[in-house]
Amino acid sequence: MLSFLVSAIRLGMTFLLGSTGETITEKAGHLNLGTPGVMCVGAACGCFVEDLYLSQTGLYADPVIAVLLPVAAAFIGSAVMGLLFSFMTVTLKVNQNVTGLALTTFGVGVSDYIISQTGLAFQRGSKFFNASFSFAEDLGWFGELFLSHGFLIYLAIFIALLTTFVFNKTKIGLHLRAVGENPATADAAGINVSAYRYAATCIGCGISGLGGLCFIMNYLNGNWEYCIDAIGWLAIALVIFTVWKPSIAILGSIVFGGLYIANTYITGFTIQDNELFKMLPYIVTIIVLLFTSIRDSKKNQPPQSLGITYFREER
Amino acid sequence: MAREKKVHNPLFHVVKREPLPFLPALGIRAAAVVAALIVSALVITVLSQQNPLEVYKSMFEGSFGSSVRIWNLALNLAMLLCVSLVVTPAFKMKFWNIGAEGQVLISGLATVACMFFLGDQFAFLGDKKPYVLIPIMLGASILAGILWAVLPAIAKALWNTNETLFTLMMNYIAIQLVAYFLKKYVKSGSGVLEPMPQHGLPVIGDMDYLLSILIVLALTVIVYVYLKHSKQGYEISVVGESVNTAKYIGINVKKVIIRTLAISGAIAGVAGFLLVGGINHTISTTTVGGRGFTAIMVSWLAKFNPLTMIITSFLIVFMERGAEQISSDFNVDPSISDILTGIILFFIIGCEFFLQYKIVFNKNRKEEV
Repeated sequence: MLSFLVSAIRLGMTFLLGSTGETITEKAGHLNLGTPGVMCVGAACGCFVEDLYLSQTGLYADPVIAVLLPVAAAFIGSAVMGLLFSFMTVTLKVNQNVTGLALTTFGVGVSDYIISQTGLAFQRGSKFFNASFSFAEDLGWFGELFLSHGFLIYLAIFIALLTTFVFNKTKIGLHLRAVGENPATADAAGINVSAYRYAATCIGCGISGLGGLCFIMNYLNGNWEYCIDAIGWLAIALVIFTVWKPSIAILGSIVFGGLYIANTYITGFTIQDNELFKMLPYIVTIIVLLFTSIRDSKKNQPPQSLGITYFREER
Repeated sequence: MAREKKVHNPLFHVVKREPLPFLPALGIRAAAVVAALIVSALVITVLSQQNPLEVYKSMFEGSFGSSVRIWNLALNLAMLLCVSLVVTPAFKMKFWNIGAEGQVLISGLATVACMFFLGDQFAFLGDKKPYVLIPIMLGASILAGILWAVLPAIAKALWNTNETLFTLMMNYIAIQLVAYFLKKYVKSGSGVLEPMPQHGLPVIGDMDYLLSILIVLALTVIVYVYLKHSKQGYEISVVGESVNTAKYIGINVKKVIIRTLAISGAIAGVAGFLLVGGINHTISTTTVGGRGFTAIMVSWLAKFNPLTMIITSFLIVFMERGAEQISSDFNVDPSISDILTGIILFFIIGCEFFLQYKIVFNKNRKEEV
C-alpha cells in the first residue's frame, strides 16, 4: 500500500507539473494541445543536458548542479516550444487546435531525435533527482510518504501553490484571467493581451516540460520510455478534472496517478482487465466535464475565450 | 496603464483583408511549401551532411519511386481523406471534433468483431456470404461511429459541454477498448490479431485496395454536395458563422449539432469499415495511426471544402512519406520524419496568416508623432 501511494505521488507530480503549466496557458485563453509534445521536449532537453554534464564531470558531479542544470534546460527547451506556439497563434493568428496538434508531432519528433543521440539510460542522473532528506528513513511510513521524494516533487507542489496565489491574489493574475475570459475588455482596460498570452504560454510550457523530466527521472528512475505524450494528454485531462485550479490539482493529480497505476497493485485482475483499468482517468474526466457543465456554476467553467484567437479589429 | 500622453504609432499594423482570388492564394501557399522544403532540406543537410538536391530526389522517390509506392501513396491519401471527411461537417459548424481517431477506431472494432464472430458462422452461405456479412459489418461499424460522435454532441447541445476535451477523451477510451478486446479474444495472448482477408471486402480485378479508394472518392463528392448544395449543409454553415443568427432565423441549433455529428459518426463508420474490412483485415490500437489528428489539419487547410481536401491530404501524405524516405535513405534517425512533418505543417499552417491578413506599413510615421 505504501509503495503504491509513493508511486502514485511521484507519477501524480508529473501530471501536476504538466497540468499546472497547461492551466496557466489556458487561463490566458490558449488551449495548447501541444502539451504532450512540449513535455516530451522538456524531458529530452533535461536528460540530454544531464547526460552531457555527467560525462563532462566524470565521477565527481556536484549534486545540486546535476539537478538544477537539467531542470533549467527542460524549462528553457519547453518554453521555446511555447514561444513557437505563441508566435503561430498570437502573431500569425492561426487556429490553436491545429497549431497545438502540429506542435505535438514536432515535439515528439524532436525528443526522439535528441534521445537517439544519448541512449535511453539516465539512472545515474536519476539518483541525483531522487536524492531526498537523509532522515526520511528514520521516520517510518510518514517519512517515506512525505519526505522520501526528490527536489522536483516538492517543486511541483510549490509551483502549484504559487500559481494559485498568483491567480487569485495578485494584479498579474487578475489581468491574466481577464485576458482569458474576455480579451477585448482586457484590451480596452489597457492590458497588453499579446504580451500576457506570450508570457503565460511560455512559462506554462516551461512548467509542463518539467513534468516530462519528472516522469523520466523521478517516476521511472532514469529509464527512458516513449510514452510521455500519453502522459501529456492525461495532464490536459487533469486540467479539466480539477476545474482549472492548480490547488485542487495537487490532490487530483495523486488520484490520477493512483488510477493510472492501480492495475499493477491490485491483485486478482487479468491482463485484459488491466486495459479496462487504464480507461478510468479518461472516464472520470468526462464525468467531471459533464458534471461541471450541467451544474453550470460560474466558478468552475473553462476560461470564456479558451481557444479563440484575439484580433483587435474583429469585435 | 500608460499614463504619459504619448501617441504610440507602430511601424506597421495588421488588417484583415478581403478573401484573396484563387491564383494569389495559391501562390502564397506554394511559397509556403517551397519555404518548408528549403528548411527541411537544410535540417537534413546539417544532420546528415548530404547534398540538398539528393534530399529532394529521395523525397520524391519516396512517393513516386515505384508502382508499389504510388499505390501506397494513393491508398494513404484516400484513407487520410476519408478520416478528414469525418471531421469536416462538424468543423464547418465550429464544433471542434478532435475525436476522429477514436470514432474511426471504434468503428473498426465493430467491423472486426463482426468478421471475428460472424465470419465463420456464415460459411454455410458459400458464395453468397459477402452479401450478408458485409452489410452487417458496415451497419455495425456505422452504429459504433455514430455512438462515439453523438455522445459529445448531445452533451454540447444540452449543457454546452466543451466538445474538444470530450471528444479527445473518447479517443483514449476507444483505444483502451481495442486493447482490452485484443487481449481478451486473441487466443495466443500476444494481443496481435491475425488478418482475416477471407471475411474482408471483395477485390476488384487484382488490385487490392481499388474498391476502398473508389468508395472514398464517391464519399468525398457526396459530402461536398451535401455541404454545398443541401438545406442541411446550409444550416451547418449558418450555425458555424453565428449561433445567434441561426437561432434568429429559426434554425434548431441543438438538432443541427446532433444531426451533423451523427453524420460525422456515420462517415467515421465508413472509414473504420474500409480500414479494417477493406485494407488491414485486422485491428490494433494504432490502426488509425494518428490520421484522426492529421485529418484536422487537412480539413482546416482546405477551408472545409471536401474537394480541396484531396489536394491538402495529398500534400501531407507526400511530405510524410518523403520524410520517411529521407530518414531511411540517409541513415538519419527515423524520428527525423516527425520533425520534418512538424516543420512542414508549421509553414503550411503559418501561411494562412498571409491569406487572411495583410501588413500595412505606416508611412507617415514620424509626422504623426
